Amino acid sequence: MIDPKHIGRTTPPQTIDVEKGRLKFFAKAIGETDPIYSDEAAAKAAGHKTIPAPPTIGFCLEMETNSLWDNIAAMGVPVGKILHGSQTFTYHAPIYAGDQITFVTKVSDIYAKKGGALEFIVEDSTATNQDGVLVVEIQRVIVVRN
Amino acid sequence: MAPSYADINVGDEPIRLETDPISRTTLALYCGASGDHNPMHIDIDYAKAAGEKDVFAHGMLVMAYLGRSVTSWVPQTALRSFNTRFTAITRIGEKIICTGKVVEKKEVDGEKRVKVELLATNEKGESKAAGEAVVALS
Repeated sequence: MIDPKHIGRTTPPQTIDVEKGRLKFFAKAIGETDPIYSDEAAAKAAGHKTIPAPPTIGFCLEMETNSLWDNIAAMGVPVGKILHGSQTFTYHAPIYAGDQITFVTKVSDIYAKKGGALEFIVEDSTATNQDGVLVVEIQRVIVVRN
Repeated sequence: MAPSYADINVGDEPIRLETDPISRTTLALYCGASGDHNPMHIDIDYAKAAGEKDVFAHGMLVMAYLGRSVTSWVPQTALRSFNTRFTAITRIGEKIICTGKVVEKKEVDGEKRVKVELLATNEKGESKAAGEAVVALS
């Protein structure tokens, strides 16, 4: 069982660069064919200042902080036992290529189901851009298969 | 162009997206592009040692497909929230079919918002992920 003392564990703020090439690669990887996600001219023609980051990339940028791997290592949970349970994004402002996004991630809950056969780690993150604007709130729930 | 709030009705099914079958290449590209380097998705030796038959897809790849299905319906700037529960593991060779159904229309914070229930299944209709998106329209 994961020690509940880890509830409240907070990853110190880390700032991640949103690289244009990364966004283009991500668009290719998910089969995104809308040109606003890979072509700056198309993005501008659609009213964006440059290439926008697609809806789920906040998760990916946050992964760069290593919070998930640091948290499960601190809890003694092997990588091979985890599954992704659920994921939530609450959007406040767009993320664009060239932004610098600062993430703070907190373990907000740990609980068990099925007599401890499954444990759940709930992590809440805030993402703030270089202008201090909150762009997205993210919740990740990780399932541990014991 | 975003659809107009007035033209949308509860029960409408405005979203459908079908992907190609997920291959090992799909997962390798997603691993690199997403930054999720969990070996369970790309390294069959690791997956077998962890008790799995094979590597399996990142849940967030399926959610990214659901995101594509939403932003092919409304511009991303309309998106207010988006959540997904992962209900089953997606295996190599499966296609993902994303659908969405309008379940609610209401004004919140001075905006006209539409809630869509989202579902991602394989080609047999087996659920892989379910969730919701809320979009603001005019």
